[in-house]
Amino acid sequence: METRLRAALPDQELLKLYEQMVLSREFEESCAEQYTKGHITGFLHLYSGQEAVAVGATAGLHKDDYILSAYREHAQAIVRGADPRRVMAELFGKSTGICKGKGGSMHLFDPDLNFMGGYAIVGGQFPIAVGLAFAAKYRQEDRIAACFFGDGAVNQGNFHESLNWARLWELPVLFICENNFYGIGTEVHRSSALASIHKRTCGYDIPSEKVDGMDVIAVYKAIKHAAEKVRETSHPYFIEAVTYRFRGHSMADPAKYRSAAEHEIWKSRDPIPALGKELVAEGITSSDHLAEIRDKCLVVVQEAVKFAEESPWPEDSEVYNDIYV
Amino acid sequence: MTSMSEMTYRDALNLALKEEMRRDPSVVLWGEDVALYEGSFKVTRGLLAEFGEERVRDTPISENTIVGVAVGAAMGGLRPVAELMTVNFALLAMDQIINHMAKIRYMFGGQTYLPMVVRMPGGGGSQLAAQHSQSLESYFMHCPGLHIAYPSTPADAKGLLKSAIRDNNPVIFLEHELLYNSKGEVPDDPDFLVPFGRANVVRTGTDVTIVAYARMSILALQAAAELEKEGISCEVIDLRTLCPLDTETFIASARRTGRAVVVEECWRTAGLGGDIAHRIHEACFDSLLAPVRRVAGLDVPMPYSRKIEKICIPQAETIADAVREVVSRKS
Repeated sequence: METRLRAALPDQELLKLYEQMVLSREFEESCAEQYTKGHITGFLHLYSGQEAVAVGATAGLHKDDYILSAYREHAQAIVRGADPRRVMAELFGKSTGICKGKGGSMHLFDPDLNFMGGYAIVGGQFPIAVGLAFAAKYRQEDRIAACFFGDGAVNQGNFHESLNWARLWELPVLFICENNFYGIGTEVHRSSALASIHKRTCGYDIPSEKVDGMDVIAVYKAIKHAAEKVRETSHPYFIEAVTYRFRGHSMADPAKYRSAAEHEIWKSRDPIPALGKELVAEGITSSDHLAEIRDKCLVVVQEAVKFAEESPWPEDSEVYNDIYV
Repeated sequence: MTSMSEMTYRDALNLALKEEMRRDPSVVLWGEDVALYEGSFKVTRGLLAEFGEERVRDTPISENTIVGVAVGAAMGGLRPVAELMTVNFALLAMDQIINHMAKIRYMFGGQTYLPMVVRMPGGGGSQLAAQHSQSLESYFMHCPGLHIAYPSTPADAKGLLKSAIRDNNPVIFLEHELLYNSKGEVPDDPDFLVPFGRANVVRTGTDVTIVAYARMSILALQAAAELEKEGISCEVIDLRTLCPLDTETFIASARRTGRAVVVEECWRTAGLGGDIAHRIHEACFDSLLAPVRRVAGLDVPMPYSRKIEKICIPQAETIADAVREVVSRKS
C-alpha cells in the first residue's frame, strides 16, 4: 500500500524536509534569544510556524532557479543552502556575515545559491523577480524566478504592475504568496477587497491555486507542479500558501490583535510535529531518530551563535566599500 | 585628426544607443513608447527596426516596474537601458531608484552590481506647467549609490551615454528637452567615450568661475560671451556628471579666479548649487574675493504662461547679472 509521503518523495528526501524545518525553527528561536540578549538588534522578523512554505517550495524548485523574498527570509536562505553561521553572523552585524554585516536580518543574499535577496520595502522584490526572469529568458537559461511575498504585499502597486508585466512579456516567474493573514496587525479581510488572494490574479490571466501552507508535502507538490508549468510555458504562475506565524510581526510586536484561541488552533497544526507524526506512522523513521535530528540541528545553531559571537566587527573603513563598483 | 559629423543632441544619443547595442548583445532597451512609436522625443528612432522586439520593447505605463525590471535584469547579467518618458515620472519610480537601484550593491555586501541606465528627459521651458517642467537632479544627487550624467552638447551626449551603458554602476542619465535639437560636432569613433567625473572647462577665463551643467552650461557660455564685451573674463565649467562630481576642477578654478557663480536649473532651496557653493567656500575661503553667488530656479511650482515661466528659470541675462555683481565687489 502506497502511503502519502512515500508517494511524494524518497525516504531520505522526506527526512531532509523534516530536518530543514527543524533547523529553520531552531534557528529562529535562537535568534529570538539572541535578540533578547541584545546580540541581534534592529528589526527581527521570525519565520516560526511558516516553515512548511520555505522548505516545501525550495524542494520543488531547481537549484538554478532564482529565489527572492521579503524580510522574513532567514529560513529561505538557510534552506537554499546558506551557511547558518554566516547568516547568524550577519544578524550579529559581524564582518563574517553573509553580506559583511551591511544588510542584517532583512537583506540576506547569496548569488552562488541564486538566492537573490531579502527586500524590506513591501513588494519591492516583484519587479526585480520579473527582471531576473527576463534576463534568464533572454539569455536562454533554463531557470525561473520564484518570488516569495506576504499577504500584505498584494495591495502594493508594483504587485499589479509586475503581474501584468510578467504575463504580458511571458516571463517565467513563480509568485508565491505566504498568506499568514496579517500585514503587521491588519488582517487580510481588512486590507484586501478580495480576501481570497489567489483569485486576484484573474485580472492578469495568471493561473493560480491555493495550498495548505502548514503541510510541507502539499506545498512541495504544488510548487513542483507550478514550477514545471512555468518552465514549460514560460508563463507566470501563482501559488497562495495559507500559513500562520507563531510569533508577532517582529520582535517588537506582542501580537495582541490575535486571539489566544486562534493562535492555539494554528499551533495545533504546527507543520513540524505534523510531518514527524506522519513519518513515524508510515514507518519511515522512529521518534528517537526525529529527536536525534533535532539535537543535530541544535548543535548547528549553537555553532552558528558561537561563530557569530567570536567573529570580528567590520572595520570602520568598510563603511565606504561596496557603494560603487 | 578625429573624424567628426554634425548632428543633433537627439541623434547623438540615438547613435550612442545604436553603437552600444551593436557592440554588446546584452544591452537591451525598454520604456513607454520607445519601440513602435520610436520614443516620445524620438531618441529611440530606428532601434526596433534594427534590433528587433526582443531587445527594444514597449512597456506598460508602470514607471516603478520599468526601473525594477531593469534592476532585476541587470542582476541577471544584462545591461538594460530603461527610458522614463520624462524625469517627472521618475517620482513614481523612486522606490526602485532610491530603495533598490542605489542600495542593492551595498546592502548585499558588494556581492552583485547593477550595470544599468535609466534615461530621462527633463527640464523646463516648454510651457508644460507644474507637473512636466521639473528639474530633479538634486533629488538623485542626494542619494549615494547612483551615478548621474547630464550632458550639455551632442558630443557629450554621445560620449557620456556610451560610458553610462558600459558603466558597471547604476546610472541616472538626464537629458534636457530643450537641447534635443541643438547641433554640434560629434566624433564618429564608435569607441569615443566621455569619462564620468571629469568636468569640462568649456571656456577659460581669469575673473570669475561659472559652474554649471546641461542647458545651464549653454546659457553660461552665452552670458560669458556677453560679459567679454564688458571686459569680464569668465571661466565656464560644465560638470558633465553630477556624480561622480569633479570637485577638483571647479575648486582649482575658483581658487585661481577668486570668484564663483554656481548655476542650477532646479529649485534653489536645498538645491545642488548650495552644496557646490559650500564646497568652494570651504576649500577656497582664503582665495575668494567675494561670496559665491547662486543662480537657481525660483522656489515655485512652474507656471504655464510663457511670460511668467521665463522668470522661474535661469536665463543668460540672470547669470550675467550675478557675475557682474560678484565681479563688482571690491575685495
